[in-house]
Amino acid sequence: MKEAKTTSVEVRLPSRLGYEKVAMSTAAAVAKLMGFKDERVEDLKTAVAEACINAIEHGNLLNEGLSVGVVLSSVDDALEVKVIDDGKGLKTLPPKPDIDRKIHGEEDPRGMGMFLIQALVDEAEWVKGGNGRSSYVRLVIRLDKDAE
Amino acid sequence: MQTETKARVDQLNSPAGHPVAVLRYEGDIASTSKDAVLGTYQSLPKASTKLVLLDFTKVDYINSSGIALVIQMLIEASNSGQKVYAFGLSPHFTKVFTMVGITKYAGLFPNQAEALAAL
Repeated sequence: MKEAKTTSVEVRLPSRLGYEKVAMSTAAAVAKLMGFKDERVEDLKTAVAEACINAIEHGNLLNEGLSVGVVLSSVDDALEVKVIDDGKGLKTLPPKPDIDRKIHGEEDPRGMGMFLIQALVDEAEWVKGGNGRSSYVRLVIRLDKDAE
Repeated sequence: MQTETKARVDQLNSPAGHPVAVLRYEGDIASTSKDAVLGTYQSLPKASTKLVLLDFTKVDYINSSGIALVIQMLIEASNSGQKVYAFGLSPHFTKVFTMVGITKYAGLFPNQAEALAAL
């Protein structure tokens, strides 16, 4: 039986907005090496950027003394990305954004990040860390999605 | 780390003769882009500006904070009786704008000529 070969790449980001682009570029490079199509690479870039922004803003509360860990693991046909921060994690997932409510001032114009993450990758889960730290979001994007 | 957002305004007329304010953006559209995105829009005279066209041709990166700024603009435009349109988004960001519902309130076009022809 053929054994799955795992390759991992790790990046640590300062908790400063803008540095999510380092994770985006790294994720794009790994996805291209795995053979993902350009369209899926763009989906992954946006999902990874939004996950890192959430970790910087809400997990680490923009504390530059804390870093955001990004671990990319490729196994055969899938790329898993874990974005780890020092926050307590989410209590509940926010509701799906509603553009009509936003336009009519009934909902904050912000709050699109988690919706985009869920919409752009094949799997997304938010995991609370033990002792209220090291929470992470885990994303998975599969190479064969277009063939389904 | 984020690329500074540049914005400028061109006043054009559509082939049908309607005045159109074209807001041309360059760089990233992110949380740091408030002045460029909203400030530039708010500098337009409300009384004479009824059609606003956003040019994203030279924008490489838009995140959810940047999308929120566009939505804030759409809210102000809606309250002022203005119509907003956009062109020059990459296929990916066209998909993202469609996913979040912006296309319900801002028509998207592939390029300036097609946008102006429709106004």
